[in-house]
Amino acid sequence: MAGSLYPKLRDAIKGERPIALATVIEGPHLGSKMLVTPDEVDGSLGDEDLDRVVSRDVLGELAAGRTGIRRYGSQGQARADDVAVFIESFAPPPQMLIFGAVDFTAALARVSKFLGYRVTVCDARPMFATKQRFPFANEVVVDWPNRLLDEVGSSLAERDAIAVLTHDAKFDIPAITSALHTDVGYIGVMGSRRTHDDRTKRLIDAGVTNDELARLRSPIGLDIGGRTPEETAISIVAEIIALRTGREVPALTNTEGSIHR
Amino acid sequence: MKELLTDLDRWQRQDKAIAVARVVDLDGSGPRLPGAAMAVNEDGEVAGSVSGGCVEGAVVVEALEVIETGERRTVTFGYSDDEAFAVGLTCGGTIHLFIEPLDW
Repeated sequence: MAGSLYPKLRDAIKGERPIALATVIEGPHLGSKMLVTPDEVDGSLGDEDLDRVVSRDVLGELAAGRTGIRRYGSQGQARADDVAVFIESFAPPPQMLIFGAVDFTAALARVSKFLGYRVTVCDARPMFATKQRFPFANEVVVDWPNRLLDEVGSSLAERDAIAVLTHDAKFDIPAITSALHTDVGYIGVMGSRRTHDDRTKRLIDAGVTNDELARLRSPIGLDIGGRTPEETAISIVAEIIALRTGREVPALTNTEGSIHR
Repeated sequence: MKELLTDLDRWQRQDKAIAVARVVDLDGSGPRLPGAAMAVNEDGEVAGSVSGGCVEGAVVVEALEVIETGERRTVTFGYSDDEAFAVGLTCGGTIHLFIEPLDW
């Protein structure tokens, strides 16, 4: 027997549209379901009041990307335990924006894709910014990174990431200052210690504050001694994971001395 | 669930009865977070996973019973130290699975 909720859930997940599924896993109407998107509620958990309370909670869980069990009274009462509802959020994939179309970009695009990011590569040079060079990118944009951020910057949030791999002041400075105007959770900037020091001066000259500088992970990545583009890509995504989980790990931002010893 | 969609689509096109098991809760350390899912069809074919391979065999048995009876159930797997051949998680955690037919 086929229902109508699963096809809707499947299409939303495939279309990368945010959706959450609420299922009664204990209590009356076991297995009854509700699908919730920011625009629409489908299905029912068997009680109008319960539906109203749960759909409101589900929207909050979806916005936070959380999955877990919540308990209610049979008519949605708080501090009751008649009904257990499993709420599963299907948020669209987080975004990884990579600025600069270099060898490191190809490796980072591939690793980011592997971790579930939607990957965009952006470089102003049409000769380098091609889909052929970055088959793992969802999108390759030929433009200045700051102009791309004018368009998409407002959609960036805590779980998204920007990696600035150009290490050319001409592109870096406007890209970084634009990135600092977004709510993106991670901004990593590539370059040697010398490049980093020079860039920091230029950023300060461009009006970037100390608080803003503290948001940058520069030089980008963890201090794991990576050398190849692939190893560097791993050190970058590992840094992103460590920042999310709050683990203390040696990051190039906090260590000194030559990056390649 | 996302990694199951291709197999679920194929099985539905073949009119196979399907059960889906989802991790709904976790106590202590466990390999997969709530939301991890595994699907089983009436022929015993499997897609996805709910642990590091520790309990999948037992989940297939439970899922086939769910397909047979049409009844949803919650199943809990815990630590398997005291009985050498019992099904459980070697990591010491406990996972709670909700298993139901894909009839919705």
